[in-house]
Amino acid sequence: MNEEFLNTLGSIIGTATPLVIASLGETITERAGVVNLSLDGSLALAAVTGFAAAWTAQQAGVLDLPAQLAVGISAAMLVGALIALLVGFSSIKLRRDQVAVGFVLTLLAADLARFLGADYTRIPGPQITRFAIPVLEEIPVLGIVFFQQNLLVYFSYILMFVVWFWLFRTRGGLALRAIGERPEAAYARGAPVQRLRYWYTFVGGALVGLAGAAYSLNVKPGWSSPPAMQGDGWIALAIVIFGGWHPFRVVLGAYLFAALRAISGYIQTNGLWIFGQEISFPFVLLNTLPWLLMIVTLLIVSGGLTERLLQYMPRAVQRRLRAFLRSDPPRALGTRFEAE
Amino acid sequence: MKSPRALAIQVGFLILPIAISLAVAAALVIAVGRDPLEVVDALWKGAFKDSRKLGGVVNFWIPLTLVSIGLVVTFRAGLWNIGVEGQMMMGAVFASWGAQYLLLPESLSPLLNVMLIALSALGGMFWGFVVGFLKIRLGVNEIFGGVALNALVNVISIYLISGPWQPRIGGSAQGTEPFPTPALLPEFSPTFPVNLFMIALVIAAFLIVMILLNATRWGLNLKAVGANMRSALLLGVATERASMSAFFVCGALAGIGGAYRVLFTFDNLRPLASGGIGFLGLLVVLLLSIRLLWVPLIAFAFAAILTGSTRLQIAPSLKLDSSLAGVLQGMLVLFVILFHGVQEVFFPEKEIHHRDTESTEKSRVEQYEQ
Repeated sequence: MNEEFLNTLGSIIGTATPLVIASLGETITERAGVVNLSLDGSLALAAVTGFAAAWTAQQAGVLDLPAQLAVGISAAMLVGALIALLVGFSSIKLRRDQVAVGFVLTLLAADLARFLGADYTRIPGPQITRFAIPVLEEIPVLGIVFFQQNLLVYFSYILMFVVWFWLFRTRGGLALRAIGERPEAAYARGAPVQRLRYWYTFVGGALVGLAGAAYSLNVKPGWSSPPAMQGDGWIALAIVIFGGWHPFRVVLGAYLFAALRAISGYIQTNGLWIFGQEISFPFVLLNTLPWLLMIVTLLIVSGGLTERLLQYMPRAVQRRLRAFLRSDPPRALGTRFEAE
Repeated sequence: MKSPRALAIQVGFLILPIAISLAVAAALVIAVGRDPLEVVDALWKGAFKDSRKLGGVVNFWIPLTLVSIGLVVTFRAGLWNIGVEGQMMMGAVFASWGAQYLLLPESLSPLLNVMLIALSALGGMFWGFVVGFLKIRLGVNEIFGGVALNALVNVISIYLISGPWQPRIGGSAQGTEPFPTPALLPEFSPTFPVNLFMIALVIAAFLIVMILLNATRWGLNLKAVGANMRSALLLGVATERASMSAFFVCGALAGIGGAYRVLFTFDNLRPLASGGIGFLGLLVVLLLSIRLLWVPLIAFAFAAILTGSTRLQIAPSLKLDSSLAGVLQGMLVLFVILFHGVQEVFFPEKEIHHRDTESTEKSRVEQYEQ
């Protein structure tokens, strides 16, 4: 296969990684019944904090690059986790609406990122370096696409399997799904619903923070205003719905979005050629594609339209197709639980 | 009569969130090595130094109040109209179309103004309708539908500005050419540059929506739908129609707000002309727990902070990013919401109050389960 094409696929995997990590984090949080709507702001604030921390460590000149990056990544994860905990606390302890608090935090975190990032705009800083995995990188096709990346990308592969294994193959995962579906029943069986919700909100938020660092230390190095990842938080939230709260499908969704973006970016810089003919139209309009895809995917999984279309299909196909296309949220998503 | 203790608690919980958000903002300013008092001074002067500055505040207040009034309506119906920003922008795009293609002589300027405002309301309603249709008929959550539609209209406006509507000389993505004078809304005076007709329109919208919400069957229906979709349906409320009408009202008001931005504030169409005012409206309404009465006042305070913040960048001793305004506003709303919770959970007024929140919660759970 064409090497340039494989390299493009590889770069899609790379640029999709923050989306993958963020939407896997949100999947965990939402599976526990908590919506963390603050993603778009959290990503920005985590990105700028991570960059500022890593940059400061670099300027101090005591630490080597891996340690600088570790400082930045830890700071970013802490920011993501704290914001998520605030959503959890206000819902679990203070009985506030998760959507309202999450939305306010989205705007607040985004503005805070712009304010604190003003001094860090467009300056070079430490970056995550490429690390090809020996042996695996030699595999034809797959090697170039998947294994000539950086450690964060490899982490996202592992994360996908860990989340899947935890959710569907362990007792802890059973409890996690139970508190998001039927918290009363889980509680009656002895699951500490509130404590688990705090915990998974924290873990999910930390992953969102990591995704933020993945932008500022790798995919879109540094910081600028408006931030490079603006809008991605909303896309990550939509990917969770599209993925039906299942880690594999969520990751697939993230790659789909990244691929679409890569294609539209490619056409905007190189023009569009079909059979040797240059096709010209206002390429700016290609920027609508990710958002149109968002609407279309939500249309498909949300029911209304799919149900209507399914009625025209043979009955045998109907059930399978429905199971494949529909995605239903955890039943207690966004609600509060109070132990009586 | 309230006991002194209850009164003290109430006053305390009114002041505490404001004091804390001011303190945190001050700490932030100190952390970046500036003087908070100087910031206060700059904000104040930026908003109220003279009548021109005050006019600037009013120019933010007009669209902000319009969208906030609209958002009270959608929130009443239990809808999260994040798409309000795009509805504003679509109103701006429609008004810009009219301003460029409906050419009337100077003498008919008032008529043209009214036509353009009507056109912008139509544009906002159209975009509100799309969110509503996606939500009500096709089951797409209005938050995500709204976010996507906001982004779509932004791309469309950039396309128009850099394509069909680009200026004849120096075409770039900065903005269209200034609109012909008859299309622009006239200013009251050079020392107080605001449009009086729009101020009157805001007041009228406020009163009309107040009456509609509190004294008509429509308002009652909205409330029923917002409180509990299923029981409203069982009681015979046309829930789909009620929700859709809320989107129409909010879209129309937001669209007019967008028209004001392009026909008065900027005199042309620019990318992101809505300027985050729709999102700010959501904050205003959340701060007030969806009560309409105080909307104009809080909108004025927020508009003043926003106008004043432009001075933060210019003041030579400060050179601060104007996003501090957003930080302050966001923190105010966050702490008000959180302290509502603290008050309700740790200082419940009466037993009845507690049971009341419980039952509404139950109905919300039912709504989610459908």
